[in-house]
Amino acid sequence: MIEFQNLKKVYNSGGQQVAALDGIDLKINKGEIFGVIGFSGAGKSSLIRCVNWLEKPTSGKVIVSGHDLTALSVREIREVKRNIGMVFQHFNLLNSKTVFANVAMPLTLAKVPKDEIKKRVHELLEFVGLADKANSYPDQLSGGQKQRIGIARALATQPSILLCDEATSALDPQTTSSILQLLKKINKEYNITILIITHEMSVIREICDRVAVIEAGKIIEEGTVFNVFSSPKTPTAKNFVSTVMNDQLPDSIKEVIKKQQGLQKVFRINFVGNSAGQPLLSQVAKKFNIDFNVLFGNITELQGTPFGNLIVEFQGPDSEIRRAIQYISQEKVSIKEVTSRAS
Amino acid sequence: MLVNQEKIIEALIETVQMVAFSLLFSALIGLPLGILLVVTRKGHLLENTVVFNIINSIINIFRSVPFIILMVAIIPITRMIVGTSIGTAAAVVPLVFYAGPYIARLIENSLLEVDPGVIEAAEAMGATPGQIILKFLIPEALSSLVLGFTIATIGLVGASAMAGAVGGGGLGDLAITYGYQRFDTTVMLITVAILVVMVQGLQSFGNILSKKIRRR
Ligand SMILES: Nc1ncnc2c1ncn2[C@@H]1O[C@H](COP(=O)(O)OP(=O)(O)O)[C@@H](O)[C@H]1O
Ligand SMILES: [Mg+2]
Repeated sequence: MIEFQNLKKVYNSGGQQVAALDGIDLKINKGEIFGVIGFSGAGKSSLIRCVNWLEKPTSGKVIVSGHDLTALSVREIREVKRNIGMVFQHFNLLNSKTVFANVAMPLTLAKVPKDEIKKRVHELLEFVGLADKANSYPDQLSGGQKQRIGIARALATQPSILLCDEATSALDPQTTSSILQLLKKINKEYNITILIITHEMSVIREICDRVAVIEAGKIIEEGTVFNVFSSPKTPTAKNFVSTVMNDQLPDSIKEVIKKQQGLQKVFRINFVGNSAGQPLLSQVAKKFNIDFNVLFGNITELQGTPFGNLIVEFQGPDSEIRRAIQYISQEKVSIKEVTSRAS
Repeated sequence: MLVNQEKIIEALIETVQMVAFSLLFSALIGLPLGILLVVTRKGHLLENTVVFNIINSIINIFRSVPFIILMVAIIPITRMIVGTSIGTAAAVVPLVFYAGPYIARLIENSLLEVDPGVIEAAEAMGATPGQIILKFLIPEALSSLVLGFTIATIGLVGASAMAGAVGGGGLGDLAITYGYQRFDTTVMLITVAILVVMVQGLQSFGNILSKKIRRR
């Protein structure tokens, strides 16, 4: 649906060359919600802006719905843009126009007949839950409402791709969540491919299917959200994952481990999917001559699959514990000993 | 008082005509120039350094010549266009040379205030440069444009009085020939009062209109 091939973008600012994108190869499939995460300045906006030609790449290719944008004329690119909606961090609505006129704008530009525009805009406002705001002005709306209008506007021409550049970064957590649910609904109901750019891992966790981590203009890690969250490889990805997984041990637990070091065996067990849950532990307790004590635990849901993190203390003979660990170590469960220095 | 009411009204009408016509023509010149100044600058819609630099320099040249000198300096052009360099119609020519570049700058300022994000949204929608100017830039800047035109109109009232002093007719002419040269203080005061009321009225009208457009 969207493909970047060795994409490079170099900015020339004040005689200095800034390589914002440094050879990006990435493929986004039809119908998926794809997230790109990175720190500020990593090149996220530059990347997403190449998809609808707000930014022209220095070299490399951008292929959108089978069209190589680098080979198209300005007029042809305008046509491609009608098939791509964009949602912005700061909404970018026209303050001089009503909500209705804002949502109608892409249709007006495309010279759609008036009565058709009217029908479509009302449908869209209904869809985003703001049918009663048609005659309001943007400055009379809250941030979340403005973003809903921005989304309605982006969907006006029934695009097959939706680009979101930090669409929720200006919103509070609760509003963010409702906007993300709306995006999910759009993806499901209209089968629109969504490319999301963000610096917030919670956004990725909540709605993305796949994710790429971008750093200094390069994609340093890529995979399903599940895989990246359960086994991040790069330090940057680990860092992002830890911002939402809350798998850091509380200090009080660290204190306990430190005091009892040498006497007890403390382990971190990560559960994935159906294996997340207590039965495994109680089985272990029954099968082997050991007791267990859960010191800390949490379960996060990733794309409908539970992902658990438990800190467990085993009590019993070393040999029994070793056998128990072997039993526990299956495909979807990982177990590691925790020392007082470990987090 | 050396003049009657009729004469004052006649002068007032002349001033209004001068201001109205020169405003019309300078807007016709200033508006496109102002828009070009914005869209041809670096990183904008129709970036074109050559066009930008040419327009920018021409405007600066006209803006740096004091009106009274401009008026005299372009007499040959005035003669060419109107056939004479004296009278109300002839005064309109230097007034346009004066206010056109001024309006271009005011419009440039207003359009530059428009949130770049709005233009970006327009580009993302696939709007043509013409559509961006007409459907995004101008509507978003309208309230500020109205204030700009108000300033330009008031500027023209002042300049038209000056044009009047060198044979253009109007209130300025009246004030100089009767109020100053013949020491008629009453006429002087009346013209000043009319000008003050005119400027106040224009400013209030501009403010109200601009506010109405902004809606709050
Ligand atoms: N128009 C521009 N001119 C010069 N440098 C730019 C421009 N846009 C972005 N950059 C630079 O490119 C890098 C990547 O920017 P950007 O794509 O906006 O990153 P992000 O969206 O991840 O914060 C940054 O170093 C930024 O300063
Ligand atoms: Mg950005």
